[in-house]
Amino acid sequence: MTQLPETTNRKLGLVIDLDTCVGCHACVISCKEWNTGGYGAPLADTDAYGDAPSGTFLNRVHTFEVKPENKPAMITHFPKSCLHCEDAPCVTVCPTGASFKRSEDGIVLVHEDHCIGCGLCAWACPYGAREMDAVEKVMKKCTLCVDRIYNENIPEEDRVPSCVRTCPAKARHFGDLGDPDSDVSRLVADRGGFDLMPEQGTKPVNKYLPPRPKQQSLDEPINLASLAEPQATGFLGWLDGALERLG
Amino acid sequence: MHPAYSVIFFTVASGAGLGLLAFMGLGALRVGAMPMPFMLTTFGLAFALTVGGLLSSTFHLGHPERAWRAMTQWRSSWLSREGVCAVVTLIVGALFAALWTFMDLASAILGIVTTILALVTVWATGMIYAQIKAVDLWHRWLTPVCYLLFSIAGGMILFLFLHAVFTSKTEPVWELSSVAMIALLVAWVVKIFWWMGGDKAPTSTPESATGLGHLGKVRLLERPHTGSNYLLKEFGFTIARKHAKKLRLIAVALGAILPILLILLAIPAPFDAFWLGLAVLSHLAGMLVERWLFFAEARHAVMTYY
Repeated sequence: MTQLPETTNRKLGLVIDLDTCVGCHACVISCKEWNTGGYGAPLADTDAYGDAPSGTFLNRVHTFEVKPENKPAMITHFPKSCLHCEDAPCVTVCPTGASFKRSEDGIVLVHEDHCIGCGLCAWACPYGAREMDAVEKVMKKCTLCVDRIYNENIPEEDRVPSCVRTCPAKARHFGDLGDPDSDVSRLVADRGGFDLMPEQGTKPVNKYLPPRPKQQSLDEPINLASLAEPQATGFLGWLDGALERLG
Repeated sequence: MHPAYSVIFFTVASGAGLGLLAFMGLGALRVGAMPMPFMLTTFGLAFALTVGGLLSSTFHLGHPERAWRAMTQWRSSWLSREGVCAVVTLIVGALFAALWTFMDLASAILGIVTTILALVTVWATGMIYAQIKAVDLWHRWLTPVCYLLFSIAGGMILFLFLHAVFTSKTEPVWELSSVAMIALLVAWVVKIFWWMGGDKAPTSTPESATGLGHLGKVRLLERPHTGSNYLLKEFGFTIARKHAKKLRLIAVALGAILPILLILLAIPAPFDAFWLGLAVLSHLAGMLVERWLFFAEARHAVMTYY
């Protein structure tokens, strides 16, 4: 059914901290590793060792440069995956009912056996969260690791999306964003979490936390190389000076 | 947006076919008996173009064998609505055509229903694109209007050509020719307005896409992947966009100006079928350029991340 549910009981999603993300791409790899063997068709790579490698990924990390006026530029690593939007345009355009949003937890999924591979849902998504698999010819997207988070066969601490579990910087958080008292909702409130492309009217569930303000603003760049020069002290310092004076 | 040839062919062919069918539906109101070969050829061409276009559109599907499922979600999906409308139009249109052609029964009610269904189908095709908010160029109410007007103009020019082939002309066909020329003119004038209205600032920017606009100017430093991917192939199409202005002129010249001149030439002269045949071909070529530009010029919001 490609009509969106009026409301969902929970709004499971991710909160991504752009302040702590170090851009290591571990979440990209762990996502691929889990999801190529998990829910649905595997995530294909084509020409993996050739001149033009290409592959299906459900999560990708972009790196942006942000240049404030009159200040040095800063680098922000930017992980991006499906935002499990409340008004998901990818769901309503689907002609077959393969694309759907679950009313119990708000996860947007693709029923791959019903997908005709028309690609219209990928057109409808402004975030590029959906990728057509080049081998299976069906639409792939983040499932919020639906086969982990409810999986009682794995240890409890592993019942979070693979990307969250693997992040070494703890930049990714998983929880119910529909519950104002949940850890993730409080994090969003404390840190001023925001939506991506609010002008598209998709009402994303996933939130992003902005980089924290820099501790100090530097007017002049420091010569970092000079800090690496060894400074001799004590007897060696006297010797150094004495030898310098000898010419 | 990547211009898929199957989709370009589908929208041009089925648009013209449905336009021709819509015109024949109205014809039942006015025209009595028509020569059998004319009826057979006209209805045959209308159905061949529509069905051929629909079949061609399944070539770009990953799983064409599941295409029947696309009939199920008409409550929310314009693509599904288009599929349902197309099938209903073909069934009702076939009944209408068979009754008129073989039993000489020109049912006005079936004709009007066929006309409305054919035009609604074309409108649904336009809405598939107009509903995509992530593509500014398409997300406008004029988009389905353009599809509709091109379909009507294409159908009329085809009808005019077939009329010239199968009827022996004794006096100039002023009425039909004028209507066809007006239809062409209106369609292309609206299209030019569509082009003019599309050249504006994008809704989404790298600043709004990353939410970092409050900190400063945002630009991509490193792509998430060194090779290409599905998104870049599908949405990152920029080839020949620099020639867009020239191609727009070529589309208008082939699609509007040349066909109108050829129709004018055909009104009094002998060999009218020859001139009108050229007009059909020229219009078709203009439409293919127009449809190619429709995709090639469209920018998708996801490209703000690249």
